[in-house]
Amino acid sequence: MSRATAASLVRGGAFAAAGIAFPFVVHAAWIVNIGVLTLMYATLATAWNLFSGYTGYISLGQVAFFGLGAYTLGISFEHFGIGSGYNPLFALPVVGAGVALASLPVAWIALRTRHMTFAIVTLTLLFVVQQLAFNLHSLTHGSSGLMLPTPTFDIASYDRPFYLAMLALLLAALGLCWIVLRSKLGLMLLAIREDEEKARGLGVRVTGAKLVAWWLSIAITAMAGGVWAYYLTFIYPESAVDPLVMIGAVLMTFLGGRGTLWGPAIGAFVLVPAQQYLLTRLGASELYLVGYSAVFMVVLLVLPRGILPSLRDAIERTRERRRTHGKRITRREAAA
Amino acid sequence: MTALLEVESLGKRFGGVTAVDDCSFGVPEGSVTALVGPNGSGKTTAFNLITGYARPDSGSVRFAGASIRRPDPVRLARRGLTRTFQQARVFADLTLVQNLVAALQQPWWAAVRRAVRPHERTRTLELLEQFGLSALAEERAGNLSYGQKKLLEFATVLMGEPRLVLLDEPTAGVNPVLVEQIEERIRDLNSRGLTFLVVEHNMNLVMRLCDPVVVLDHGTKLAEGRPDDVRNDPRVLDAYLGG
Repeated sequence: MSRATAASLVRGGAFAAAGIAFPFVVHAAWIVNIGVLTLMYATLATAWNLFSGYTGYISLGQVAFFGLGAYTLGISFEHFGIGSGYNPLFALPVVGAGVALASLPVAWIALRTRHMTFAIVTLTLLFVVQQLAFNLHSLTHGSSGLMLPTPTFDIASYDRPFYLAMLALLLAALGLCWIVLRSKLGLMLLAIREDEEKARGLGVRVTGAKLVAWWLSIAITAMAGGVWAYYLTFIYPESAVDPLVMIGAVLMTFLGGRGTLWGPAIGAFVLVPAQQYLLTRLGASELYLVGYSAVFMVVLLVLPRGILPSLRDAIERTRERRRTHGKRITRREAAA
Repeated sequence: MTALLEVESLGKRFGGVTAVDDCSFGVPEGSVTALVGPNGSGKTTAFNLITGYARPDSGSVRFAGASIRRPDPVRLARRGLTRTFQQARVFADLTLVQNLVAALQQPWWAAVRRAVRPHERTRTLELLEQFGLSALAEERAGNLSYGQKKLLEFATVLMGEPRLVLLDEPTAGVNPVLVEQIEERIRDLNSRGLTFLVVEHNMNLVMRLCDPVVVLDHGTKLAEGRPDDVRNDPRVLDAYLGG
């Protein structure tokens, strides 16, 4: 095992340990609740990054599949009896895999477009799914919403199972991204992002690579939707397919660093608690939205490429400066 | 010599402009064939039609004896027909090694393997050595000079072990030393059996290196033959000098 591999595993392990310990140390329900929300956004952003960050195809329809995951789980309760307590959570991989599989034909068509067109085409997906949720009354109960059975968890630590489920999803998403980035698939995806036409001319199977990344990304997204629905126990079209959730996940990815492993999660960890804090402090006056956007503006002004890449650059520059410090005088002399 | 690539009355219009018009020529196996002509004579469009980047309105292309009915860059590359671009194109954010390894043609299940495996790195470094780029192996390709990018692009297309390489102006915007290096690479690879079709404006290079030479004008073949014959063809002189 190389040193870099060991370092990433240690980093991941430390993050996982801290993440698992958190709800057992902190008992305040409202903080764990913010934790669930943060993890959910971190998962969505990481999943979004797995496709859009690595391939450069900006999808604005991800949250359509979040909603599909939510509704699929909700409808499964009514029609298949997937149990109670922890059991529904174990049905999630099936939900994720199924939703992602069903999305492939749509993705295949959408991926015939690029750049702005792709963004717009995927954005329409979001509204298509929302309209379906409104109109397929027999399945979704339309605008009156879908009620899920109340989970039978202990009231004192009610949020904890959902927190852990979201954490498991985030860890799975990060693990997948890590594996993908180290694999030939990752190389193919980056080649597509850099210059897809050239990649095609070299015989890179671009369509296959994009669809695999899409599938992985959607599967995680749909599972997150399922956990979220079970957590809230009540979903309706506007909440399950919410453009603001989509925008949030994309902003967090850009904030943390698009195309990096940890960037999207870092973005979520900065933005969601900030948003929730401002909401509780300034919620009554609507000023919290100003505060929220201020956080965003400051980060973009100071770190325009996103937190992680900017930090990396800064560290690199410092190292470079230290290395060349002794030589600088001689170089100046040489120039003169 | 049999023709590795046969272009048969190819035609392509963009709106009112006829870019390629009833164009036919062949690339003999083992040759370095030149495709020359004034600016706007349809050379790059012909390249795009042959490599599947554009659909021809009429005509057909045969590669290695098989007719290409639905040209597609990925499929053609995997059959051994690949190209470079007029403006050097590299994967800017990837290292040189990654650029080359990305061009390896592998079965789909290899996608789960490590991005750069040890023996692939070895092979990559050998190739970079031949192109004088080995010192930059771990550098981002975006940091290279334009000439170096041209070299890298050339090296990249070789990773797929092609049978025919289409080079679109391999020496444009490149300093004389690199031109020599590129020429040497083409000669060396050609002597080992690789066939080339080259679009090039540097006539001295074409005359030294290429045989046969195909001359295009207004999208149609004007002349085809040995470099000396083509050079002295009055129609060719007229197209280049008379306008």
